[in-house]
Amino acid sequence: MSLEKTEFSEEIDRIIDKYTGEKGVLIQLLLEMQKELRWIPKEAVMRINQRLKIPVSEIYRVASFYTALSLKPRGRHLVRICLGTACYVRGGTRILDSVERLLGIKPSETTSDSRFSLETVNCLGCCALGPVIELDGQYYGRLTPANLGELLSKYK
Amino acid sequence: MQKLLNSPDDLEQLRRVLLAITDLKKPAVALCGSTGCEALGAKEVIKAFKEELKKQGLEGKVDIKETGCLGFCEKGPRLIIHPEDIAYFRVQASDVPEIVSRTLLNKEVIERLLYIDPTTGLPAHHLFDVPFYKYQNRLLMDNNAKVDPKNIEDYIALNGYKALAKVLSQMTPDEVMTEIKKSGLRGRGGGGFPTFQKWESTRRASETPKYVIINCDEGDPGAFMNRALMEGNPHCILEGFLIGAYAVGSHEGFIYVRQEYPLAVENMQDAIEQATAYGLLGKNILGSGFDFEVKIHWGAGAFVSGESSALMTAIEGRVGEPRPKYVHTSERGLWDKPTVLNNVETWANVPLIITNGGEWFAGIGSAGSKGTKIFALAGKVNNTGLVEVPLGFTLRDIIFKIGGGIRNGKKFKAVQIGGPSGGMIPEQYLDVPVDFDELKMLGAMMGSGGLIVMDNDTCMVDVARYFVNFLCEESCGKCVPCREGLKQARKILTDIISGKGEENDIEKLRQIAEASNAAALCALGQTSANPLLTTLRYFAYEYEAHIKEKRCPALSCKPLITFYVDPAKCNACTLCSRNCPVAAIDGAVGKIHIIDQDKCIKCGTCFEACRFKAIQKISGQPVPLPIPEEQRVRKPVKRGN
Repeated sequence: MSLEKTEFSEEIDRIIDKYTGEKGVLIQLLLEMQKELRWIPKEAVMRINQRLKIPVSEIYRVASFYTALSLKPRGRHLVRICLGTACYVRGGTRILDSVERLLGIKPSETTSDSRFSLETVNCLGCCALGPVIELDGQYYGRLTPANLGELLSKYK
Repeated sequence: MQKLLNSPDDLEQLRRVLLAITDLKKPAVALCGSTGCEALGAKEVIKAFKEELKKQGLEGKVDIKETGCLGFCEKGPRLIIHPEDIAYFRVQASDVPEIVSRTLLNKEVIERLLYIDPTTGLPAHHLFDVPFYKYQNRLLMDNNAKVDPKNIEDYIALNGYKALAKVLSQMTPDEVMTEIKKSGLRGRGGGGFPTFQKWESTRRASETPKYVIINCDEGDPGAFMNRALMEGNPHCILEGFLIGAYAVGSHEGFIYVRQEYPLAVENMQDAIEQATAYGLLGKNILGSGFDFEVKIHWGAGAFVSGESSALMTAIEGRVGEPRPKYVHTSERGLWDKPTVLNNVETWANVPLIITNGGEWFAGIGSAGSKGTKIFALAGKVNNTGLVEVPLGFTLRDIIFKIGGGIRNGKKFKAVQIGGPSGGMIPEQYLDVPVDFDELKMLGAMMGSGGLIVMDNDTCMVDVARYFVNFLCEESCGKCVPCREGLKQARKILTDIISGKGEENDIEKLRQIAEASNAAALCALGQTSANPLLTTLRYFAYEYEAHIKEKRCPALSCKPLITFYVDPAKCNACTLCSRNCPVAAIDGAVGKIHIIDQDKCIKCGTCFEACRFKAIQKISGQPVPLPIPEEQRVRKPVKRGN
């Protein structure tokens, strides 16, 4: 069976190339796919299956088990709200409520203009600065609901 | 390129050269570049230093060093000025020109950047005058302030890899094992299993190859000591890893790091490359004939993957689920081969034990728990950060002496230790020494050492629900008591905090907790009951207040509280109404405010905004009716008048 070429095809093949011939690569491969494409499209699953002979069921199982992997397209910016214990007792849920209200989406959803995706995370390891959020890999600490709007407006 | 170090003598030679070219009098700025301080603007401070030094013509005359985390994240970004060892806290880029011209050039101390001891009001000039540091014993963390994690030579200059050289040139694996046994080292990842026993069963296993693994999956929310060590001093972890590999006869190792820690991976990757270039990793290490290779494996975000057998299946590229452990992973682990898996902090202790001897190590700590432990102190405590103390230190000393007590003058309620598998410890047990065995007796466990302090505003039922919800989301789903039991427990707890609790709920929760404890396969499932059982044991009255009186004593559970403006205290200044995100507060300057209960989303913004303590939280009793329109007149007073 041959697959139709899409905008992702070249990238997908290039990433798979790096992992051929090694054992136990599936998770690392999917993580890189996620990083480069911001999600795991069906085409990637089928190409991995074809080229590395890993069953489709196993690829989907791994992709749906881990929170870092997304089977839906993510927005241009990823907002991750820490709800670790330390952030939780310092008002992490209030930060989440405010972001939900500002963006009009719930965790694991994406805004209709594909600008933001929202996620919660168990702990970012910056517990001393709670509540903390991560925006495209940049950490922001000591937040209050009041200064979120300004922060989000910097990400177009 | 650096010449390969072919023998322990080469290493010693290099160390001497490094020390000889170090000018101890040269001014240097050591700034924390770890994730925590970075979030507070450390990168901008470094940039400002580089620009300012250039501007003032001091390029090359002052060293700038990015070091690892020193633990006092609360007051970051933190920097130390050498050779005077002046410690500045909460430094911003705008402070930099002044630091360069006054402190670096004129040797003046800038008082406002010093730490002020809140009890005495006196400034602390040096790091170890700060109470946060004074009571600690930082065997592992100390070097974080001294080395640039991206420069192996910094570590070598501080006697780095000397323990490895000693092991490879003067000790047999048997002798290494003897020292580890004497030290009494126990695993720092949670259970406190004796490290010697773990290593010994892998060493004795007949199958080959053997593997060693560093567990940096630090999934317990509220714990970040592994991140700090791996970001700040990766070579010390690698050195311990190499020594362990030599002792058990392994030539291949894996480092499993959670994907939330990109800087830790970056620094460890650099460390591996540099160690390889110097001949401290790879083939024929230091000319000893011992070979060892290391690979980093990223985690993909699953709490259960921190469990040893699950972590190994994840490295194999499959879904990380635990398996039964009647066959130990130390005999049949990764790819069914004998495998030693230890936590980052456990590995980091190994070079210390080899350098100073097992007996020295056993002299630190309590009867059954030796050495120091790094705790992550967070939550409602004044000084949050990483605290390293000998095991056996009391919780009270950690929270009050080092942590400086509870924020905003509030009252201590409980401390949560050990992550989702740990428990809540109330005030009456604060004087218990913290070690592996004492905590078990209290129904908690050491876990990886996260300490989350809670005050009277924290609702214990809500916290129990938080952990049960966390475990529910993270349960891999393999065992029924964990998968289904936790779901039922979450439903019951959600009902209780929503005011829909029933009389026999507490009994049901107990039964679910006991079933999971008895019947789940892995430690995570078995201990998932701990947060429930400890809150039921120590805070039963809070459950009862929620169930019987529909009241949240901590005034925290949204469905059970109402916000109300006390007309007697309202200053009619509109501060609360201007901050309200849903325009639920009616009022104007001179007109006493009223909250529209139908619009209010109970976010608490008004409560924090009000400077007159006029906003009250009410629970378990009806909200007073709004005062009549004609009485809503008040002339605002200026604050302080």
